[in-house]
Formats: sequence, C-alpha cells, structure tokens
Amino acid sequence: MLSKRIIACLDVRNGQVVKGVHFEGLRNAGDPAELAERYNEEGIDEVVILDVTATLEGRRALADTVATVARRIFIPLTVGGGIRSEADAAAAVDAGADKVSLNTAALVDPGLITTLAARYGSQAVIVAIDAKWVDGRAMVYVRSGSSATPREAVEWAREATSRGAGEILLTSIDRDGTRTGFDCRLTAAVSTAVPIPVIASGGAGTLDHFSDVFLDGKADAALAASIFHFSEHSVRDLKEVLRSRGIPVRL
Amino acid sequence: MIALIDYGAGNLTSVRKALSAVDADVHIPHDPSELEQASAVIVPGVGNFLATSALAADWRESILEVVGRGSPLLGICLGLQWLFEGSTEAPGCQGLSLMSGDCDRLEGGADLKIPHVGWNSLHFPRQSRLFEGIEEGSQVYFTHSYAAPITGDATAITTHGRPFASGVERGQVFGVQFHPEKSGDVGLRVLRNFVNAL
Repeated sequence: MLSKRIIACLDVRNGQVVKGVHFEGLRNAGDPAELAERYNEEGIDEVVILDVTATLEGRRALADTVATVARRIFIPLTVGGGIRSEADAAAAVDAGADKVSLNTAALVDPGLITTLAARYGSQAVIVAIDAKWVDGRAMVYVRSGSSATPREAVEWAREATSRGAGEILLTSIDRDGTRTGFDCRLTAAVSTAVPIPVIASGGAGTLDHFSDVFLDGKADAALAASIFHFSEHSVRDLKEVLRSRGIPVRL
Repeated sequence: MIALIDYGAGNLTSVRKALSAVDADVHIPHDPSELEQASAVIVPGVGNFLATSALAADWRESILEVVGRGSPLLGICLGLQWLFEGSTEAPGCQGLSLMSGDCDRLEGGADLKIPHVGWNSLHFPRQSRLFEGIEEGSQVYFTHSYAAPITGDATAITTHGRPFASGVERGQVFGVQFHPEKSGDVGLRVLRNFVNAL
C-alpha cells in the first residue's frame, strides 16, 4: 500500500535554514545539509529546499546548497522559490534537484508547466499554490502570499494538472507558521478535485495535525518545517503515531 | 565500466550520484560504439514510453549486443518498461522484447491517485540477486503511471490498485520500476547488488 509521505521543508536564505511566521520574521534554524541528513536518518520521505533569498549572490549559494544536500541523501529532493524560467529550473535540476516547484511563475506563464513537463517529465514538476480563504472562497495568492489573484485554488489546481503538473504543493496562508493545524477543508477541496498527489502545507504544530490532514484533508503528503527544526518531535515519533492510527507510513 | 544511457528524457544526475555512492565506475556514452567497452548497461528514465524512441536503431542494437555477450543490463522505471514488448502508452513504439508482455496504465479510483507517487512496499515471489539482503516489505520510491505485467520474470511485486512487477530478472537482464537512486539505503543496496553481479 502506498505510504502517506512526510516531507521536511528547509527555507533557505544565504545558505542557512530559516523559518518565519506568516512568511515574515525569519529566525535561524541551522545548516541545510546537516538538517537534511538528520531528517533522512530519522526517516523523512522527501526534502524540499525553498529559496527565500532575493539576491543574486543568494541564488548562486543555493545551487551549492542543493548540490551538497543531493550528495548526502538519496531520497527525492525538490527545489522551489524564485524559479521563473526554464533556465532557473535547469540550474536547480543540474545542481541535483529531482523536482522543481513553481509558484508565481506558473500563474504568470502557465506554459512553463508544460515546457518543464515535456523536458523533465511531469513527475519533476510541482505547482505550488498559496491559498487563503476570502469570503468563503479559497483564493490563490502570489509573491510569498502578499498579492491577491482572481484565481480560485481548486480551479487553478485543475488547470495546472491539465498543463502537466505532477503534484500540487498546497500551502494555507491562513495557517502557515501558526501551528494551529493544517487547513483540512482547503486540502480536501483540492485533493478531491485533481487526480495527482496533493502535498498539504502550513500549520503543523502537533502530531495530531498530521493524522487530521491525512484522514480529513485527504492529503497524499504533508510538509512541515519548524515542527522538525526545533526537535520538538522526531520524524520517527510522528510516523509511529500515524501508524498506530492505521495510516500507512514508511518506517 | 557501466554505461549509463542518456536518451534526453529527464536528468541522469541522481542515478550517477547514487552509483558513485556504491563505488561504481560510470560513463555516459555519446555514441553506440562506446558500448563495446561496457561491462554493463543501465537504462534509467522517466516520462513517456515514446521517449525511448529517441534511442535510434544503432543504440538498440548495441544494447542488445551487450546483453547477447552476457553482460548485465539494468532498466530503471521507464527503463524496466522498455525491456518488455511495448506499452499501451505509445502503441507502435517497440520495446526491447527481452521480456514478454506489454506495459499498461494503472487504474486510478477513489483514494487511488495516478501517477503512483511515493513510497510503496516490495514483496518477493522468489529469491533474486538484485534484492539479496533486502527485507520483504521494504519500501522504495515510485513515480509512474504505467506498469509491467507480472510474469515468471517478476522478482518483486508491488500493489497500487492492481499488483504489478516492481522488479524483474531474466538471466543478466534486470529491471526495477522504482527509483533505487531515490530510495534511501534500500535503493543503494539494489544498486550495489547490481554492481556486484558484474
């Protein structure tokens, strides 16, 4: 039986892992390669490196970070943040990424999804959707959650799928960094609307939140950052709890 | 020297890194004639079955020659599917026909997503060299929508909706549907077992 995946997200700025609340107020959480190795030993299923750097120097440093992580761990590695063109995606893949995650660029130029899917295969293309509830509708936001768009999350997820996305990484802006639990309503709405896997993100604070998002949110995978970084719970503890509740995991 | 075949679909970085981690000597040939020196061939791959048609007749012949002289061949993911006669994904596109049968699409359904992406378990109907030392039920990383039929060549079986061949072996021809380069220690062990079969 296919396991539900637990994915660790490393928000990297200038070669260091940082994590903020509501996308702001970043604090330092350590060396990306060391963290990735620790999670790998604990049984993490995948690692996402999210570049939260805005500068060119930071961009170059990211390639080194990706290459270092890819040399040390042999599980799927995704790179996201600031991928705006086929050349950006190629740089990430050449550095060792197995998948790239597109966010703003996919909305601006949906043809980029198709271009990358044709070049690397759909399995290598994740479309990241940042969504927020506005008057009862889950709306898509871009530019790290700062700009509203007229698109609804479910409708955009369907279009991204038809254009060649292999997975959807769905982040709840309302929950991100709050540790109040994943947005199960949002996740279930998107997950039941598309045939491809949906990764839930934003809001993990307790181990219960993960079983909620798998059982109620119909998520195929769950992504978290700070709950793992500050060693409150190991990946192994989490998976043991999930297994005891009948959720298939890799242990 | 192991020849790692590049037919332009996806990237070979991950496979190459994982092979270095098990101390394999890997070379990416640019011309089919370079396969004459190869002690083994690995055909990796992701994407559409049609992508394999990028390998022109001279490549296919050279790969079959390697197999003919008894050197090992390992197909990974799409590379495993290519060992069969064909696939309903690209009717008319010939496989290597080293194993009999056609690959077919996995059927999705409620709570059953296609593509099959993630970690799933291996069950071994018989002993094999590729899975030596690997525990029954070990999990490995998959990402695919089409799968190979279970025949007498199946050495590992995985179920996603229906059971399919996640590992095959016939003589010196091997195949895995999952990605050993992305399957942690279990995957590295599979690659090491292949290297040891040389």
